[in-house]
Amino acid sequence: FPGLADVSISQDIPVEGEITVPVGSHSPDEDYSTLDEPVRDTIMRDLKAVGKKFVHVMYPRKSSALLRDWDLWGPLVLCVSLALMLQGGSADSKDDGGPQFAEVFVIIWFGAVVITLNSKLLGGTISFFQSLCVLGYCVLPLTVAMLVCRLVLLAGSGTISFIIRLIVVVAMFGWSTLASTAFLADSQPPNRKALVVYPIFLFYFVISWMILTFTPQ
Amino acid sequence: QGGGSAVIDMENMDDTSGSSFEDMGEMHQRMKEEEEEEAEGEAGAGEEEDGEFLGMKGLRGQLGRQVADQMWQAGKRQASRAFSLYANIDILRPYFDVEPAQVRARLLESMIPVKMINFPQKIAGELYGPLMLVFTLVAILLHGMKTSDTIIREGTLMGTAIGTCFGYWLGVSSFMYFLAYLCNAQITMVQMLSLLGYGLFGHCITLFITYNIHFHSLFYIFWLVVGGLSTLRMVAVLVSRTVGHTQRLILCGTLAALHMLFLLYLHFAYHKVVEGILDTLEGPNMPPFQRVARDIPVVSNAVLNTTAKAIALTL
Repeated sequence: FPGLADVSISQDIPVEGEITVPVGSHSPDEDYSTLDEPVRDTIMRDLKAVGKKFVHVMYPRKSSALLRDWDLWGPLVLCVSLALMLQGGSADSKDDGGPQFAEVFVIIWFGAVVITLNSKLLGGTISFFQSLCVLGYCVLPLTVAMLVCRLVLLAGSGTISFIIRLIVVVAMFGWSTLASTAFLADSQPPNRKALVVYPIFLFYFVISWMILTFTPQ
Repeated sequence: QGGGSAVIDMENMDDTSGSSFEDMGEMHQRMKEEEEEEAEGEAGAGEEEDGEFLGMKGLRGQLGRQVADQMWQAGKRQASRAFSLYANIDILRPYFDVEPAQVRARLLESMIPVKMINFPQKIAGELYGPLMLVFTLVAILLHGMKTSDTIIREGTLMGTAIGTCFGYWLGVSSFMYFLAYLCNAQITMVQMLSLLGYGLFGHCITLFITYNIHFHSLFYIFWLVVGGLSTLRMVAVLVSRTVGHTQRLILCGTLAALHMLFLLYLHFAYHKVVEGILDTLEGPNMPPFQRVARDIPVVSNAVLNTTAKAIALTL
């Protein structure tokens, strides 16, 4: 460090550089040309990328598209819609037994961060944001389950509706866990897969539990 | 020691592994202050000189140089902050170096008290198992709070559950570590965290079963047997690492009391509301002991219906 104390740059050399994201796959040429395209093209491209990842989650194959071009738009949209649907009309009721928006939001992101840190500490080769991206996208089946539950609850809230909701939520929970382990467990050393899968199981279990016990006020 | 290497010397893990990064932080602060003083001194001298005889070109050059300096320092600060962030993760890496078979073995061992207390028992300083057990306890607690329709006024269900479990694990571990320091016990902070964390396995089992099957006598049996076994294990390990009767008594008494009382608290704090409903429905003449059992033999239809409705509402 003492050598850095007298670093000085002469007046003729401008300071310049390039900030590149290590996992991004855009070449510099693409970046310059996307500045001039209409906004609609940019939005459509991003929407198509998000849609393609949704398809990858619903039919989990061992493709690396989810990992290579990670983005957090999909997880944000899913998280916000799930939190909005889980908000139990508590503005006018006295008992705040239902989860609030902020609670669900914090649980999802905090849980995803903890799982990512855990998998990195166990020796995983996946990067921080890739893992966040996968965990966020795999909330999609549970969001679908929440939608179905809300529709079923509109019809009535007896035992039959509870059984239907239970089956749907359990099925979607299994799908979420399988989808995310299909992506994440590959990046771990083979004998430690169980150690990484368990927190993911717990995370989706907590979210499924919040969905199953949701009662509209 | 300010080299900031990510390789941890296993012998000194508990005492000094954090201080090298504090040293680095201090050094950066000092360097930054020195450089800022230098830069200010230069700026003062430079501006005076420029104002006198160097003219426009000299002024721009001096400013350019300072901007470049500032950017270099900003970049350096960012890089060192990022490095210390990653290095902080590396500090925890040795504690997560486990195999599933080891975790399973340690979970089972946490219920088996050791017999040999004259020889210091080995405690694995591992944080994966305890952390997962705390999260499992949070999930079980949420389940219990939901099924007993707990109403939290100032706060949220999730916040209460996380706060309770993590607060117990971290708080009681720190307190016991402090006591162990006073009583001259040979145990490090990580080992204490690990021991207490694995002791929560008994809590998880008990609460998982008794939140679903609501018999108070069943809970008391589980409390004594399962809670007692895990307490005995922790106590035996601590006793093997402490010398002197008074010290052993203090340490083990405190740990046993806190551990068992926590299980009692977790069970009763989240069954209050259900008991409250049953109380109001059955009138004041029933003795308290009978009020809490679910299998009430002779009650009126109204009570049965109302109770059934209340249970259905919680689902």
